[in-house]
Amino acid sequence: MPETTHVDYSTKIPNNVGLMDDQRVLKALEQWHPGYIDWWMTMGPEGFQTSDVYLRTAVSIDPKGWAKFDYVKMPDYRWGILLAPRHDGRQVNFGAHKGEPAWQEVPGEYRAMLRRLIVVQGDTEPASVEQQRFLGKTAPSLYDMRNLFQVNVEEGRHLWAMVYLLHKYFGKDGREEADELLNRRSGDDDKPRMLGAFNEETPDWLSFFMFTFFTDRDGKMQLESLAQSGFDPLSRTCRFMLTEEAHHMFVGETGVGRAIESTCLAMKAAGIEDPNDIEAVRRLGVIDLPTMQKKANLHFSLSLDLFGSEVSTNAANYYNSGVKGRFQETRIDDDHQLTNAVYPVSKLVDGRIKMVDEPALTAINMRLRDDYVADCSKGVERWNKVIEKAGVNFRLKLPHVAFHRHIGEFQNVKASPDGEVLSDGDWSKRKDQWLPSKADGDFIQSLMAPCWERGKFASWIAPPKVGIDNKGGDFEYVKIHQA
Amino acid sequence: MAKRIDFQTEPRRYRHWKLKFDGDVAELIMDVDETAGLFEGYQLKLNSYDLGVDIELADAVQRLRFEHPEVKVVVLKSGKDRVFCAGANIRMLAGSTHAHKVNFCKFTNETRNAMEDASAASGQKYLCAVRGTAAGGGYELALATDHILLADDGNSSVALPELPLLAVLPGTGGLTRVTDKRKVRRDLADAFCTVEEGVRGARAVKWRLVDQSVPSSKFEQGVKDAARKLAAGSDRPADAKGIQLAPIERRIDADAVTYSAVKVDIDRSTRRATITLQGPATPPPASVADMHAEGAAFWPLRLARELDDAILHLRLNEGEIGVLIFKTQGEAAQVLAYDAFLDASEGHWLAREVLHYWKRVLKRIDVTSRSLVALVEPGSCFAGTLAEIVVACDRSFMLEGSFPGDNRPPAALTLSRLNFGAYPMSNDLSRLATRFLGEPESLDTAKGEIGKPLDAEACETLGLVTAAFDHIDWDDEVRIFLEERASFSADGLTGMEANLRFAGPETMETKIFGRLTAWQNWIFQRPNAAGTEGALKRYGTGVKANFNPERV
Ligand SMILES: [Fe+2]
Ligand SMILES: [Fe+2]
Repeated sequence: MPETTHVDYSTKIPNNVGLMDDQRVLKALEQWHPGYIDWWMTMGPEGFQTSDVYLRTAVSIDPKGWAKFDYVKMPDYRWGILLAPRHDGRQVNFGAHKGEPAWQEVPGEYRAMLRRLIVVQGDTEPASVEQQRFLGKTAPSLYDMRNLFQVNVEEGRHLWAMVYLLHKYFGKDGREEADELLNRRSGDDDKPRMLGAFNEETPDWLSFFMFTFFTDRDGKMQLESLAQSGFDPLSRTCRFMLTEEAHHMFVGETGVGRAIESTCLAMKAAGIEDPNDIEAVRRLGVIDLPTMQKKANLHFSLSLDLFGSEVSTNAANYYNSGVKGRFQETRIDDDHQLTNAVYPVSKLVDGRIKMVDEPALTAINMRLRDDYVADCSKGVERWNKVIEKAGVNFRLKLPHVAFHRHIGEFQNVKASPDGEVLSDGDWSKRKDQWLPSKADGDFIQSLMAPCWERGKFASWIAPPKVGIDNKGGDFEYVKIHQA
Repeated sequence: MAKRIDFQTEPRRYRHWKLKFDGDVAELIMDVDETAGLFEGYQLKLNSYDLGVDIELADAVQRLRFEHPEVKVVVLKSGKDRVFCAGANIRMLAGSTHAHKVNFCKFTNETRNAMEDASAASGQKYLCAVRGTAAGGGYELALATDHILLADDGNSSVALPELPLLAVLPGTGGLTRVTDKRKVRRDLADAFCTVEEGVRGARAVKWRLVDQSVPSSKFEQGVKDAARKLAAGSDRPADAKGIQLAPIERRIDADAVTYSAVKVDIDRSTRRATITLQGPATPPPASVADMHAEGAAFWPLRLARELDDAILHLRLNEGEIGVLIFKTQGEAAQVLAYDAFLDASEGHWLAREVLHYWKRVLKRIDVTSRSLVALVEPGSCFAGTLAEIVVACDRSFMLEGSFPGDNRPPAALTLSRLNFGAYPMSNDLSRLATRFLGEPESLDTAKGEIGKPLDAEACETLGLVTAAFDHIDWDDEVRIFLEERASFSADGLTGMEANLRFAGPETMETKIFGRLTAWQNWIFQRPNAAGTEGALKRYGTGVKANFNPERV
């Protein structure tokens, strides 16, 4: 346990919210902080708390300050409270309050709603740290290990960001909720995290990359829509978080891309033309492309569930109240009130999947999910470019939105990745073709041997094109001092 | 609503509930089929309910008492994953007529009261295992049980979000049970009823909203333990065998409903229904074993089930029939023999159930918003339990002597011991005690007349009927009364009758029905809820309600 009883907050917590002059928040944070450190030590990256990690720290929001690189021991990371700059004259840009000045304090009427949104967002941040805590041990390189830890400390900072809002704007309830964020545990029977995907395991590095690609991208979409909020402090917080989130998705996209690259190069070198010759490909110590497709199917479908029901009263209320907008709200060309608009929603009608026009207000989740799917597709296309370039005849694709769902319109139906509705019998017969089986997991696990030598990369993953902070792939990103 | 609502069902036909039995514990599992709403236009998502769901629940509660004397504890739980019950379906409410809403609420209240009655009167305890959210009517369902366990999993919660969400009030006794049954402090109750997301975990226990908060992993065991504890306090017979509640005999015609012992004749032009109850054709069984062998055919039980169905049918399917005229036919001596038999067999579980069922049917009559009138004529058998109906009516008329050419003896009314405590009203007093609230001596006098056939004059003197008329006046007096009744405002009558019927002390039940009628039904009508810009109409659209801020 590090020393936590005496913390000099003026240097310890980078912030642009005048923390030192805010006695109320300071007091709340002082009480919360020891619990946070305790959580980090017990639930954070296992086995590397004393290692020196080459991390970027955001110390201020200007371009020079938000990415300071240096070796840091993670428990000493300076988790800060940084909000994007305030724009004078910012307005509520959508819903019933459109055109009113943006709120600098929480409107009493929307207090519960806003608190709920912030708590749900806040809950995902520590959850992913918990899910990824054992991955350091099997890192395929120091470069990847460092990226993992960078993501982890930033998720920790995102938790701080949400806790700041709770402490600052939500009084006693907010403090209680902030404490609860440290009490729930990913996958715990009694105190699970709030959302399904954040209680799943992240058993291996491919899962980690898929998670950061698909699930952090859900996080991005949620942050994008909260960044539109009429509650200005939430908007500003989320705008700054998005700059960090971009890196998480970069880690995911390039991680999967490098695994694909390694597979394709190994296949070519061995003269294997059939990407579906799984046995042969696996013998090369790389992950076959069909298994990558299965992993993508799994993570995509779990992430879709995070968007909630396609047609949702809550989402409509959030929008109409001005607390949560659409992706790039201000760039959309419509009335931003949606009182008479409709939006097509994919639904199950008499056992078939159809598009049905629903009132646009209630279809807010569907719209955000559509934007998400479009965003995912672009990344998948970049993966396909890697495959194409290597001359392998295979394409990855996103499964149908009805595939493997547990929330919303399709939760009670079994569908193939092509969107074909199946009987329960057909589904159980074929699901191992579409989702990672136990054997697939075992195989991936067999590749998860640590590769901690400077400049070395595990067989199944290619080195990056460029390193972090203009350092090379052989830079010593983590100086391991195991506890 | 053109569709006829049928209150008869049986477990084989349930769409929304499952019953499971394991020794002296039964599970009553709510698993609403969202596609099986009673009407078009809404889906019963998230275990929300409509009248159809509640009809099945009422049936299950009833059958548990008669068909399963061995069951000491009923565990009420949800068959869905993350939701216990979201309460009454909002879209159903928003799309219903006011009359349907009121009748729906009344019936659901009677069902929840029946759950409490099972526990208090028959030792069949209810345990509520809340996993997931119990909101609005969902929490009210839990409130009707003896013991509430709430899973502590960060998600499960109890809530009464009616005010913040819909601008209405909980319609099935939520507020009254929170303050009077669970005795939640008023300021905490106020906070609870204004927070849409409700209360979870330890705080729910602290505020007395639930009895236990149990970690998810220990929940099943917690439910088992609590069930055992409740069972230990039950006096249900261990080895009794239930009787089967076979389908009732019923034929529905355009203007009549005919049962084996009840006949309903509807006169649409005058908006009256005459309900004629048939006395027993045979003497009571010789023993409780014989009663058990008769089962659902046992006359008092058969009559109660038929009368219950008739009342519900008139309430929901015959909204414009404003006056219910009660008549009886049969031998008073036989009715009294059955009363004596039930009275003597009170210790037997089945006799006890029959008596409590009659109590509930009579209460159902009490809260029926129609003018109730009893006509006591020659050939009638208003005795004991059936005489209770005379006292339940708003007015009662008795024929003095006979009609010319009718050689049957003049009408008589006879009281039995059962009229003095077996059938309390919702105010917890007998109908006679309520009737004679201002003249307790009359109650004693009436008690002295137990078992004696009382003619019209005696009944008038004793205050047991409103008026006695001879055959010369009878037709005209009755006609004039009925015509006058028909000329009044239906709403005004409903309000007046409900006020006059329940003299005396308040109980939780009188509060529940009284406040439902006075407050909830009022708010349900107001533009802030039901107007085109009201919360009920706008619910689910995302558009906020537009409230008139004027306090009334
Ligand atoms: Fe994050
Ligand atoms: Fe992230």
